[in-house]
Amino acid sequence: MADQDLLETDQPLLVAESLSKSYGRIAACRDVSFSLYPGEVLAIVGESGSGKSTLLQLLSGQLAASGGQVSYRMRDGVTRDLAALGEAERRLLFRTDWGFVHQDPAQGLRMAVSAGANVGERLMAVGWNHYGRIRESASDWLTRVEIDVARIDDAPRTYSGGMRQRLQIARNLVTGPRLVFMDEPTGGLDVSVQARLLDLLRNLVAELHLAVVIVTHDLAVARLLSHRVMVMKGGRVIETGLTDQVLDDPREPYSQLLVSSILPP
Amino acid sequence: MNAPAYNFAYLDEQTKRMIRRAILKAIAIPGYQVPFASREMPMPYGWGTGGVQVTAAILGPQDVLKVIDQGSDDTTNAISIRKFFAKTAGVATTTSTDEATVIQTRHRIPETSLHANQVLVYQVPIPEPLRFLEPRETETRRMHALAEYGLMHVKLYEDIARFGHIATAYAYPVKVNARYVMDPSPTPKFDNPKMDNCPALQLFGAGREKRIYAIPPYTQVVSLDFEDHPFEPYRFNAPCALCAAENSYLDEIVTDDQGSRMFVCSDTDYCEGRQAAGHHGALSAAPYKDKAQEASNG
Repeated sequence: MADQDLLETDQPLLVAESLSKSYGRIAACRDVSFSLYPGEVLAIVGESGSGKSTLLQLLSGQLAASGGQVSYRMRDGVTRDLAALGEAERRLLFRTDWGFVHQDPAQGLRMAVSAGANVGERLMAVGWNHYGRIRESASDWLTRVEIDVARIDDAPRTYSGGMRQRLQIARNLVTGPRLVFMDEPTGGLDVSVQARLLDLLRNLVAELHLAVVIVTHDLAVARLLSHRVMVMKGGRVIETGLTDQVLDDPREPYSQLLVSSILPP
Repeated sequence: MNAPAYNFAYLDEQTKRMIRRAILKAIAIPGYQVPFASREMPMPYGWGTGGVQVTAAILGPQDVLKVIDQGSDDTTNAISIRKFFAKTAGVATTTSTDEATVIQTRHRIPETSLHANQVLVYQVPIPEPLRFLEPRETETRRMHALAEYGLMHVKLYEDIARFGHIATAYAYPVKVNARYVMDPSPTPKFDNPKMDNCPALQLFGAGREKRIYAIPPYTQVVSLDFEDHPFEPYRFNAPCALCAAENSYLDEIVTDDQGSRMFVCSDTDYCEGRQAAGHHGALSAAPYKDKAQEASNG
């Protein structure tokens, strides 16, 4: 059993090998390689247009790469190339073992159906067929993301921005994924709500031993959540390392510029 | 009959062949929506253009046609379509469920159980059961292809969360042959159990949406539900006021402006058949008719 656990954390969960994507002559992403281990949080930072979001889409299999490959260690322990998975398998992976938190909650939620159904959808998609148990699980998750259970039957339309984002997180985590992709999860929220959301995320990530790839332009988010940081510019990874190392002692001129452009409070 | 100004059953033979091919494919893949090149028919969309095209494609000179609209043989829509085929195909028409070989229907399945030599043709307004949850056609097709039907249960979940029970009373989604989720057209869920293991062939035509689908005879049709909220067919508290049937689908008829109403079978053929066989409900006029007859005889 102990060996099993060791194996579990010893091998990378997600491996990107010289990943690239070009749109005609424009290279949105060039030669990106890294490994992500279970329970590890990797932040991808950089200015807009640096290829962060393209990279996230390549990693999550939503976009076909022009070169290189992404492999993922499935729940059965076998590492497989994402491009070689069938569409059905990829979609199953996407709603069971993975999560994807969009910047705009409206993209990740069904705005017209109730919060409970939003959280329960993934469970029903994997064959849960007992209303009582689905609802119980949904209310449990609403509590965990600090949403009042009394609002379980309200549509997310009636929720505030922060609540929507927390609901989106609950919806993603309900099937116990091992890897969550986040695209600017705190963008568009005001500062106090951001702080609360980050706090919540940090707890959940630690508690559930989640691996996370988080794309952000906000270095504070990277500092608070991530273990490692990759700095991107012009589609390339220009610097990578432990979070405090990169943020406190940046080596590349562009990273230095990025760090120094944070306004002092 | 007048000299036919149209080809037999209105549509030209090439169009009928195209529709028959779609029907054959639909029968081969129960519950799968087959696209077809729907033609314009001499009636507005929503009046049964899909059903009429399917009927025209399968009708032969020996067939006996019955058309019902909400169970009734004598509404405008039913009469127009029946006359349409009497004129363009010269086929015999009937109101009796037993005698008919082709029954075109809008919103009901006849109460009399169907037999193996019959075809039931449904008029379908919106064939896609996932439409109101997922508006993208590309996405719903992919969901059908991969049998991802979690979303259908989201709709049922919403019903229970809002009303305490599954409140969907018509167009209640079914799973055909353990594979495709299908919209049984806007028939009341009362009729869903009749689709299961039915000896007759069931064809569905959606003219505006250009889709044909089918349930072959003796195919399993299961209404979707939750373990703790099982599917329940509609139940009525009172029998039919005319024929005293306990187990038929009833229509509410307002009889005056004082709030009185009566509940009668929506299937007129079934109701009339029962009355002819001597069953009389609380509001049946039969006793008076009998008395009137006695008086004129005596």
